[in-house]
Amino acid sequence: MRCGACVGTCPVNAMTLEETHVTVSPDCISCLLCLRTCPVGALDDVEVE
Amino acid sequence: MAEVQEWDVVVIGGGPGGSMAARDAARAGLEVLLIEKRQEIGSPVRCGEGIARVWLDEVGIPPNLRWIAHEVNGARIVAPNGQFVDLTEAMAGNETGFVVHRDIFDRTLAEDAVRAGTKTLMKCSATGVIKNGSGAVVGIRARHWGEELELRAPVIISADGYESQVGRWAGIDTKLSPRDINTCLQYELVGIDIDPDFNEFHIGSMAPGGYLWIFNKSDDSANVGIGVNLSLVKNRADVKMYLDRFIERHPKLAKGQNVETVAGAVSVCMPIECTTMDGLMLVGDAARMIDPITGGGVANACQAGMVAGRVAKQAHDAGDFSKGFFKAYEDGWRAVIEDQMFRNYIAKEKLISMTDDTINKIIDALQGYQIERITTMDILRMVQDRYPEVMEELQDLL
Repeated sequence: MRCGACVGTCPVNAMTLEETHVTVSPDCISCLLCLRTCPVGALDDVEVE
Repeated sequence: MAEVQEWDVVVIGGGPGGSMAARDAARAGLEVLLIEKRQEIGSPVRCGEGIARVWLDEVGIPPNLRWIAHEVNGARIVAPNGQFVDLTEAMAGNETGFVVHRDIFDRTLAEDAVRAGTKTLMKCSATGVIKNGSGAVVGIRARHWGEELELRAPVIISADGYESQVGRWAGIDTKLSPRDINTCLQYELVGIDIDPDFNEFHIGSMAPGGYLWIFNKSDDSANVGIGVNLSLVKNRADVKMYLDRFIERHPKLAKGQNVETVAGAVSVCMPIECTTMDGLMLVGDAARMIDPITGGGVANACQAGMVAGRVAKQAHDAGDFSKGFFKAYEDGWRAVIEDQMFRNYIAKEKLISMTDDTINKIIDALQGYQIERITTMDILRMVQDRYPEVMEELQDLL
């Protein structure tokens, strides 16, 4: 949906909303809040860049 | 080598808060640049699109048929058992008014900012903040159609929304806990049977820690959406499951067809402790100024944006862009919205743990009363009369 909900929720600011996808930096701590936040379950897995 | 531009004020984000800040700063004679990362202002919509009539006058936005989809006369609060209470505009205060086309509404505000003298850059994303040797924010780095820019200004106003980055880059703590986030999903359904005079708010376990809404966009269409508190979300796509289940169980909605899906998250906490630093003011969702009970942020963002625009002018007149000077911004927006936000925050904290049975009793307690204006104290008195045992749970609202 590119709504940015996951980006705003990330407690360590590891996510960036790009034109067509979300990127996750190595700062990710694997809390998986982003997966729960996504209202439509679009984040199947979080792959760190 | 990045192109360097000098401005009096750079506003990040073309939503209502950013446009109002830009408008008022430009009206005061400042050179204002408004940047927006998307290619158009107002889209995609991430909003239930309900706005209260009463604050439009306060912020100088006349109602406009360009962006008014539907006018409603009241709010219907529906309990889990289906019992409801209707609040007309006189009773509900600022909870009734218009359902709008948010994309056109936002565009109209941006046009007003432009007509006041604001310059704009679309598809221009902030990529970092620029600080001087003393740690003051003196500009931002940005990318515009692939080209790197340095946008320098003694006043940066960041209205970059829920996913705000500028505040974090500058060192302001905007982190949220799961309890302070409602994650939301909405469908615009057409061909449904609704009472066009009332927007509906369904509360209870069908929307854990939040509520389901039906905001009428016409006589047979509505935004039907849900907000669920993230602390109560257990599985992926729970939010979609709750919304789909609600629609299935209401034949008048289930017959409808979805023409637009909207998703997003809102903060349901108090605003962040400090919304400024040297050279920087945060406005709207970026500063967590969203109403904790309703999830509405447009009014608060507009009001804060206006204050930011005025303070930007005052700062330029004084030649002082320090956090100390920007206290005028803090004091200004808090005077307008903080009290209401605090009351609604307390109510939201109650709602997260309230059982369906308690909600049913509260709504039942309000039946049959004729009152001019309803307040929290009125509700508590009525509940005390009919269900005194429920008051134990609501003591700290007194």
